[in-house]
Amino acid sequence: MASETAIINVVARTSLWLQPHRIVLILIALGLVAGAVFFMRWDWLPQYYEMGLLGIWRSLWILAVTCALGFLFAVPLGLAQATGSFWFAAPAKVFCTVIRGTPLLIQLWLLYYGLGSLFPQYPWIRESWMWPYLRQAWPYGVLALTLSFAGYEGEVMRGAFAGVPKGQLEAARAFGMSRWKIFRRIWLPQAFYRALPTLTGETVLQLKSTPLVATISVIDIFAVSSKVRQDTYLTYEPLLLLALIYMTITGVLVFAFSRIEARIPVKIG
Amino acid sequence: MVGLLHSIEIALGATCLGLLIGTGGAYGKLYGGPVVRDLLAVYTTIVRAVPELVLILLLYYAGTDLINQALTAMGYQRVDISGLAAGIAVLGFVQGAYSTEVIRGAILAIPQGQIEAARAYGMSPGLLLRRITLPAMLPFAIPGLANLWLIATKDTALLAVVGFYELALATRQAAGVTKAYFTFFVAAGVLYLLLSLVSNFLIGRVEVWSRRGMPSLKEAR
Repeated sequence: MASETAIINVVARTSLWLQPHRIVLILIALGLVAGAVFFMRWDWLPQYYEMGLLGIWRSLWILAVTCALGFLFAVPLGLAQATGSFWFAAPAKVFCTVIRGTPLLIQLWLLYYGLGSLFPQYPWIRESWMWPYLRQAWPYGVLALTLSFAGYEGEVMRGAFAGVPKGQLEAARAFGMSRWKIFRRIWLPQAFYRALPTLTGETVLQLKSTPLVATISVIDIFAVSSKVRQDTYLTYEPLLLLALIYMTITGVLVFAFSRIEARIPVKIG
Repeated sequence: MVGLLHSIEIALGATCLGLLIGTGGAYGKLYGGPVVRDLLAVYTTIVRAVPELVLILLLYYAGTDLINQALTAMGYQRVDISGLAAGIAVLGFVQGAYSTEVIRGAILAIPQGQIEAARAYGMSPGLLLRRITLPAMLPFAIPGLANLWLIATKDTALLAVVGFYELALATRQAAGVTKAYFTFFVAAGVLYLLLSLVSNFLIGRVEVWSRRGMPSLKEAR
């Protein structure tokens, strides 16, 4: 019986969704896609297939690493702004303002061209074990994206930490929990739940800023498409495919986060 | 310095164009027919899911190419589209998608009775938009639109990638010539930061002005 109603529900929902004009629009969209497939040139695809996969992998890798590291930075930043004394709060505030007030492209170029041109002047850096890494481009890209994510997310975490009800913390203290335990068991989880919807948006924004690392010669998926464009003199095909790839990744990200969000208890505070 | 001026010009133009598109888009989404609504949903979803850099490249090349093709088809000569106009158009198109959502939310936040009362007075839709909807929605929309303006100023830096001469590209060229990379990029960062801070201040004033007569946020809590 329950399954029957479920089926009826599904049918009703699809019939609501598939109104006549929607069918026409979907047909037009399919027609556009088919036109793109048949009338544009895609013969370069097999040649760059592996490179493209590597590029996607690298983009995703940068996204994951910078988000994780950035979040780790963001927690102390938010905490310092929410509760810290002036000497902790002021630098954190300045950091967030500076990061949010300047374009990521400038930060990236400052780190790569600016810092990168300063390092070789010091022989002891050239001789240290870090030099092979500092000569490459990706550490600068990862660093810039991490700092940027930390700056934006630090502001979000400040609000989230401040938004946790006082009573919860007082109750934890009344239980005799140590400070660290309160933070780990009560404060951080609740702040995290509050920040989660914003975190989704920030992660998508972060995904959309990963192509910037291509401007400092990291070969991510954006750089691969630029290379295809230079090699084959095609303007639209690589860019359209690139847009499709980013849309797919965004869709997957949003879906994954909505699953995580559905798992947490809804009523807090 | 010319670069900074160019950046501000583009950001201003793009935001104005974005606001126009956004108001139209929000009206379409709220009051439009089903087809218009679906098309706008596709527009906002796609633009917000694809990186700005990719969109800028795509629209920049596609836009100039399409216009030139249309002109040659109509028998005119090909024109060189100035980077300024192209930059404004492209960024405005992107901003339009974001501001559509902001303005739609703001219009929904207006108490329904105000619009109904205006209709009952027999106001024409244009007058209704000008006298009631726009002023009443402003306080709800200002925070979102302020964010968009800040994003627009920072997005102008992306136009450097398609070779438009603005602050970021000017800095890079100057730095390349003088080899003083660090100094120039720090200077450019300070300029952008100043732009953000000044506009933050101005927006705060505008917000206070647009909320006049409303209970302050602190008392409402």
